[in-house]
Amino acid sequence: MSDYNFAYLDEQTKRMIRRALLKAVAVPGYQVPFASREMPMPYGWGTGGVQVTAACLTPDDTLKVIDQGADDTTNAVSIRKFFEKTAHVATTEKTRAASVIQTRHRIPEEPLTADQILVYQVPIPEPLRFLEPRETETRRMHALEEYGLMHVKLYEDIARHGHIATAYAYPVKVEGRYVMDPSPIPKFDNPKLESAALQLFGAGREQRIYAIPPHTRVVSLDFEDHPFEASKADHACDLCSARHTYLDEVITDDAGGRMFVCSDTDYCAGRQATGHHGRLSPQEATA
Amino acid sequence: MTPLLSVRDLSKTYGGRIGCADVSFDLYPGEVLGIVGESGSGKSTLLNCLAGHLAPDTGEILFDTRTDGPRDTRKMSEPERRMLSRTDWAFVHQNPRDGLRMGVSAGGNVGERLMAVGARHYGQIRAQATDWLGRVEITEDRLDDRPSAFSGGMQQRLQIARNLVTGPRLVFMDEPTGGLDVSVQARLLDLLRGLVREMGLSAIIVTHDLAVVRLLAHRLMVMKSGHVVEQGLTDQVLDDPQHAYTQLLVSSILQV
Repeated sequence: MSDYNFAYLDEQTKRMIRRALLKAVAVPGYQVPFASREMPMPYGWGTGGVQVTAACLTPDDTLKVIDQGADDTTNAVSIRKFFEKTAHVATTEKTRAASVIQTRHRIPEEPLTADQILVYQVPIPEPLRFLEPRETETRRMHALEEYGLMHVKLYEDIARHGHIATAYAYPVKVEGRYVMDPSPIPKFDNPKLESAALQLFGAGREQRIYAIPPHTRVVSLDFEDHPFEASKADHACDLCSARHTYLDEVITDDAGGRMFVCSDTDYCAGRQATGHHGRLSPQEATA
Repeated sequence: MTPLLSVRDLSKTYGGRIGCADVSFDLYPGEVLGIVGESGSGKSTLLNCLAGHLAPDTGEILFDTRTDGPRDTRKMSEPERRMLSRTDWAFVHQNPRDGLRMGVSAGGNVGERLMAVGARHYGQIRAQATDWLGRVEITEDRLDDRPSAFSGGMQQRLQIARNLVTGPRLVFMDEPTGGLDVSVQARLLDLLRGLVREMGLSAIIVTHDLAVVRLLAHRLMVMKSGHVVEQGLTDQVLDDPQHAYTQLLVSSILQV
C-alpha cells in the first residue's frame, strides 16, 4: 500500500496537535503538553517539528526545510523527501518562496513575513532542566514565575569564563512572562525571534509544543553589567563576503587551513548570484 | 510586643498515626526556640509544618509579615508563601546536600536567593556573596569552587550563608550540627550564636543534642510522641526538669 493520509498523520492526530498549537499561541512561551506520536524517524531527528509541520501543512503550501542553516544536509533532505512523498506539497530552498519552513538550530537570515510559519525542532524544551531536574518543580517555577535560577546559570558562566559563555539555546523571556528555550539556535539569532512570522516549537520526545506569535516581545536574559550580545565569528563570508550573517567555520585541510561561510546556504547563494564574491570564491566567478 | 510567630493548636497526622498534636507557642523577635525530643517524637514534622513544607491538618500559624502584620500562613496563596520562604524565612537542612545546589559554585549558591528576589547586577551579587562567605569563615578564593569540593563543616556554613544573605527574620534549623564532629560542631555553634545575636534573628532549632540548645536556645520545648510535654526557659527546663520524659532525657547525657 502506498497511499498515506495527507502529511502522514491521521486527521484526529492533526486535530489534537492543532488544539495544542492554538493553546500555545494563546499563551506565548508556555509549554503545552501533547500526545506525541511515533514517527518513522528516530528521536532527535525532528519528530516534534515534523508533527507540527504535518498539522500546519495544506496542499497549497510550499515547504522549506533547514538543517543548521543548510538545505542540503541529511536531516533537511530526508524531511523534505518525507513530505514530498506523504503530502505531495511543493518544496523549495528559497526562504522567500516558502510558506512553511521547518528548521533545525537556525533562523533564516532573510527577514520572515506575516504569511510564513517557522517550525522549530526542539530537543529539550525546558530551559531550567539542567539546573532543576524535577519536572514537578520546574512546572511550579514556571507557574509562579520563579526564574531566579535561570540567572544562576548565567552567573556561573561569568564566574567561570568571565563572560556569558552560553552561545546557543540562550534563554529568553517571552512577552514579560514565560522563560523559554528558543531551541539550540545560536544566540546570534535571538534578536530575530521578534518576527512578523508565526513561530512554532515542537519537541517530540518531550511531548511539548510552544509558540511565539508574530510581533511578540522576546527579551534575552542578561545582567545589568553583562548585557546580552548577539555574537558571531569576527570574519566575512569567504564565498559572498557578507559581514552581517552567522558563519560556519570549515576546516579545509590538515595544515590549519579554514574558511568561514554563511551557515544559511540559500542566503549565501542568493548573494553570490547577485555578484557578491569572497576571498575563496571560484576564479571564474571573480573573472 | 507582637510575636513574630504565633502557633495555635497545630496538628498533623499521617493517616491514623500522629505526627504532632495540639502544639501552641509564641516566638518573639530575637528569640531562639529549641525543640528537643527523641527520633519519631514529631519535631521534624512540626518544623516542616511551620516552614510550609508540609500541610498541617488543623491549627493556625500566624506570622508577623513586614507589610500586613500577623497573617495565617496556611491561608496564604502559594506564591505568597514561597516568597516568604525566599525572603523572610530561611531553612537550614541537616544534610547540606538538601539545601545546596551541588553543581553550582559557592558564589552561585549564595547568589541564588538574591537573584530569586530580582538582583540583576553581577558585580553586586558577587560582592555580597564574597562578603557572606567571609562572615561564615570561608575564604574568598573558594568563591568559585563547587560545594562538592568542600568539607562537611564548610558545606554547612555555606548553607547558612546562602540562607542568611537575604536578611531573613526567622530561621528554621533541622539538626544543623548533625553529622559533624565535635570540634567543627563547636565552631559552627559559635558562628551561629554570633550571627543570631548580630542580626537579631529569631530561630527555631530542632535537635536531639541538648548541648546545642543549652548554647543557642533561650526557650526550650520538649516533645514526645507528637505532644509537647514540657516547655520553658532552657536553663530552667534542663536544670529542673518536671516531666518524667525530660528527666530521662537530661539524665541520659553522657558526662565525659
